[in-house]
Amino acid sequence: METTLIKTVNLTKTYNVGEIDVHALKSVNITINKGEFVAIMGASGSGKSTLMNLLGCLDMPTSGDYFLDGINTSKLQQNEYANIRNQKIGFVFQGFNLLPRTTALENVELPLMYDRLEKVKNHQKQATEALKRVGLGDRMHHIPSQLSGGQQQRVALARALVNEPSLILADEPTGNLDSVTSVEVFNLFQKLNDEGITIVMVTHERDFAAFAKRIIEMRDGRVIRDAKIKDRLNAEEELKKVIAEAEIAE
Amino acid sequence: MKAKIILKVATRSIMKSRMRSLLTALGIIIGVAAVVVMVAIGDGAQQKVEEQIASLGSNLIIITPGASNSGGVNRGMGTFNRFTWEDVDKIKNEATLIKGVTPIVFSGGQVVGGVGNWFTRIQGVSPDYLEIRSWPLASGEFFTERDVMARAKVCILGADIVKNLFPNDDPIGQQIRIRNTPFRVIGVLKAKGQSSVGTSNDDIILAPSRTVGDRLSGDHMRIGSIQVSAISNDKIPAVIAELKSIMRESHKLTQGEDDDFTIQDQSDLSETATATSRILTILLASVAGVSLVVGGIGIMNIMLVSVTERTREIGIRLSIGARASDILVQFLTEATVLSLSGGVIGVLLSFLIAYLLNNYTSQSAYIRPQIIMIAFGFAGAIGIFFGYYPARKASALNPIDALRYE
Ligand SMILES: Nc1ncnc2c1ncn2[C@@H]1O[C@H](COP(=O)(O)OP(=O)(O)OP(=O)(O)O)[C@@H](O)[C@H]1O
Ligand SMILES: [Mg+2]
Repeated sequence: METTLIKTVNLTKTYNVGEIDVHALKSVNITINKGEFVAIMGASGSGKSTLMNLLGCLDMPTSGDYFLDGINTSKLQQNEYANIRNQKIGFVFQGFNLLPRTTALENVELPLMYDRLEKVKNHQKQATEALKRVGLGDRMHHIPSQLSGGQQQRVALARALVNEPSLILADEPTGNLDSVTSVEVFNLFQKLNDEGITIVMVTHERDFAAFAKRIIEMRDGRVIRDAKIKDRLNAEEELKKVIAEAEIAE
Repeated sequence: MKAKIILKVATRSIMKSRMRSLLTALGIIIGVAAVVVMVAIGDGAQQKVEEQIASLGSNLIIITPGASNSGGVNRGMGTFNRFTWEDVDKIKNEATLIKGVTPIVFSGGQVVGGVGNWFTRIQGVSPDYLEIRSWPLASGEFFTERDVMARAKVCILGADIVKNLFPNDDPIGQQIRIRNTPFRVIGVLKAKGQSSVGTSNDDIILAPSRTVGDRLSGDHMRIGSIQVSAISNDKIPAVIAELKSIMRESHKLTQGEDDDFTIQDQSDLSETATATSRILTILLASVAGVSLVVGGIGIMNIMLVSVTERTREIGIRLSIGARASDILVQFLTEATVLSLSGGVIGVLLSFLIAYLLNNYTSQSAYIRPQIIMIAFGFAGAIGIFFGYYPARKASALNPIDALRYE
């Protein structure tokens, strides 16, 4: 039986810029079940980031309701919002948003420090494991400026994973990365999804959307298409292919 | 969050931005040190003045001619305005609560002897002088009451005179000429150093009062003041009352007539002197206050410049689940740690400067605990406020707005 993780009801976001109202989201209704892997696509300015920020509890909707795990988030207090961000959601940004001059390990430890339940006793051990999971066991004491873009994004992913959330939200996680590195990141996403973590990500490229299981297309703040992906790509195999191609090119 | 974690987060954050932390702390260090040192210099000067007044001699009471409030009063001809030997003798014979009394007969002039000549002050005093002024001899002996009555031509040299006229020889027993009158040196005073107004106390020659009065002053003999020392500090008011009635009797003042003399004890003297040095303290304190404000503005500047960076940092922390209160506590802790350590270093620095001033310069500095508290409190408040204020604003934002802040 499938259980609902995300359900939005007439979710609407309007920005006021001077005298003009920008309707970034217009009554969006979507439902995402546990274990899904959703790619959100759409033209620039169609409201993808706005939707992601609302799903990630980083911003408040102008109207409408957002149910996460059965809880109506619009009824929550500020502190409960913080708890949800800390416990249930791992957010990955296009621009990484790592703390500068701070080692990968310390960056990944951060969410553990803000965990009020203190589920994890040994922060360092937990953070080390998260970094190993994204393949950065040998880069723990590097600061962001000493890491490549792909490595920084993997640190950000480790940070998103460290509190073992049930939902990973990623807004153009590979927007700043080359295609090989991007496929590596999607490979990680697929593995995490196989482990049962629900993933919602925004991407601009149809090729990358094919790594997901379902695709939602947006235009002008509305959902215009919502479909299962038929020919799903396996990132592991794609990775082998692109690496082989790169070797031939050399 | 637990206190341990808060401290961990705050110290990490301080260490990550060493330059910013250093500059912030520096503002506080300089502010605190400036205030403490400036006020300490003022207080040091004040204390020095007080010490000097105390060094005038214990329980000193000074009688000077003229009423203290003679300003507006028209004093008729023949008014008693000078002291006489009789005044001094009467005090000596009748006052009961005094250890000693001396007239001070002012004179001065060219002194020839030893290796050259020297222009100096000459004071005619009684043998009680040394005790009244608590001024010991370095060598030789003082003259006696008999020398005074005999108008003996003997004298005692101050340390400066010895330095200038007898740099190599022992002056005791030597002959000098004061305004062409030969005197025999019988003693040398211990060096006393500078007076509060900066002149040397040691540039002086003491001789028997009547010798100076009759042989050096001629017709213009003037007893500038009569100095008395009370037997103890708590007897000073009684002595003043006693002196007042003796002097009134000696000057034959009738009831209702004003005093034609002024009696002052040390508390009167130190009041005037401390009033002067208090002005210095206030002046220095205002300079210090300005530097504290400048230091504060420096802190403000650094904090405000880093607002963009810090707001993004706050956005990141909020987005991974920090509460607004976590952010506030972190920033408050950070600002407090910086301000406190800056304050402590500032105070230590001011102690160092005060030590150097006291030991290697003629300037003296005295650090009052209250000033430390004030400087510390003020600099701390500035540091904490400007560390806290941007955090307060940023932590009220949506995480996404904080992340986008520019
Ligand atoms: N903070 C804001 N203030 C005002 N308008 C905003 C704000 N954020 C987004 N918008 C507007 O809302 C609309 C949707 O923006 P959004 O960032 O969601 O688009 P997007 O689909 O993520 O685009 P892109 O693919 O370029 O990232 C745009 O028209 C944008 O100008
Ligand atoms: Mg976007």
